[in-house]
Amino acid sequence: MAGILDFSPDDRCNAFITACTGAAFGDGALAGIAVAINDNISTAGIQTTCASRILEGYIPPYDAHAVELLKQEGAAIVGKTNMDEFGMGSTTGTSAFGPTRNPIDPERVPGGSSGGSAAAVAAGLVPMALGTDADGSIRCPAAFCGIVGLKPTYGRVSRYGLIAHAGSLEQIGPMARTVEDVSRLISVITRYDPRDSMMLDQPYSHRPSADVSDLKIGIPTEYFGEGVDVRIATTVRDAIDVLEGLGAETTPVSIPSVRYAPAACCVICASEVSSNLARFDGVRYGPAVDTRKPWHEAYREVRQANLGPEARLRIMLGTLTLSAGYAGKYYAKALAARQRITRDFERVFCDVDVIAGPTTPTVAFRPGEKVSPLSIAGTLTAPANLAGIPAISVPCGDVDGLPVGLQVMGRRFEDERVIDVAYAYEQEVRS
Amino acid sequence: MITEKDIEHIAGLADIGISNDEVPEFTHQLNAILEYLGILDTVEDESTPASGTANVFREDEPRPSLPQEAVLANAGSTEDGFIKAPRVM
Repeated sequence: MAGILDFSPDDRCNAFITACTGAAFGDGALAGIAVAINDNISTAGIQTTCASRILEGYIPPYDAHAVELLKQEGAAIVGKTNMDEFGMGSTTGTSAFGPTRNPIDPERVPGGSSGGSAAAVAAGLVPMALGTDADGSIRCPAAFCGIVGLKPTYGRVSRYGLIAHAGSLEQIGPMARTVEDVSRLISVITRYDPRDSMMLDQPYSHRPSADVSDLKIGIPTEYFGEGVDVRIATTVRDAIDVLEGLGAETTPVSIPSVRYAPAACCVICASEVSSNLARFDGVRYGPAVDTRKPWHEAYREVRQANLGPEARLRIMLGTLTLSAGYAGKYYAKALAARQRITRDFERVFCDVDVIAGPTTPTVAFRPGEKVSPLSIAGTLTAPANLAGIPAISVPCGDVDGLPVGLQVMGRRFEDERVIDVAYAYEQEVRS
Repeated sequence: MITEKDIEHIAGLADIGISNDEVPEFTHQLNAILEYLGILDTVEDESTPASGTANVFREDEPRPSLPQEAVLANAGSTEDGFIKAPRVM
């Protein structure tokens, strides 16, 4: 049934940077299904910008591994979605191509950084999309827009063709309106790829099961305390009660080191960003550098003109946290915190199968409302990136008409289990 | 505390151009972040190595790569099959 999909979205939310009006598709598990791709994932022949002017006009000569796999299964790649510039932000407001609006309430942000993918799915423009998540960038917009989003276990999906900003933390992952579609999408993109040296050969081939009768759920006190909107805490607690009603057992747990997560994630992200973004200098791609000028002057000029203030701030922060005299105080300490967080999760997972709590401490806010210096780091989402564990966000009700996300985290390479828990909840509240 | 002079130095190291008007704002923002990062001072270091993973090796053999035209297609300036960069001396 191969053919061309006619795609002309009514994109009121500015979810897309590039839309492909005629998208080819083939046979397979996703035959003819429109899939949107976050604009930091390479698509052969389709402009890929990371929402930055520094890559405007860049046409990748190859597909990311995940995109190759989607095409092999017949999906139609219908466009590239908006995001915070290079994934740095939680509002999709730092995009060089204008902010994305939340389809639930256009006055509010969709979350970020994969806000375009979340908005495209929530607005019904596509049934599914790929996002990327280094500190919550799939789960935060999924929660804010009322859809399902999974950050897979680190090493489960190839990062080949993902334009890196924080390579030790980020994963490509599925976003969709139902847990079943998230499961379908992850089953396509986990095939082994030796081109990502951090990948393990652990393909996902699983159909969601709603049986949670023997499940032990840990409820971390840190996820329901200071900084978390009480109404969100109550809504999420009610969702966990639904799982208890299905036979799951719950027990309070403590992960004290998660208090370090936003700071540790901020330092590690910025440090990796300062290195990864050094390649954007107008030589091999993007707006051309003036080759007649001396190199430092030429690079500074092209980078100042084409990288936004947030990206330049993060590059400077990372340059500082890696520099002599500061690396021990910041980068080494962030790595130590990361190790403590990883250990704390391992300890808790000896006693429980999954950990459940809110995805975000607030619902979607208005642009400009949250001007924290650490808007980049999701307080409740970053721990899963630091520990490398899978985490899903599934809609679990609303506060003042705005969606709330239930986050379920699991042991490494137990993405199947977090999907099952989300599925059990979703099926119960739908019926 | 990071000073405006420090910011200019860091921007120089990173080859990030900043205008004079931007220096005070970047200095303010970076100091606010560093203040928050102070929480990391209280992390106790455990110097135990990570476990549960092993290196995976491969033979160092040539493999197919992109054709030259594809590699050059996105470059702003090329000459005789090479990419042109700013002069370094």
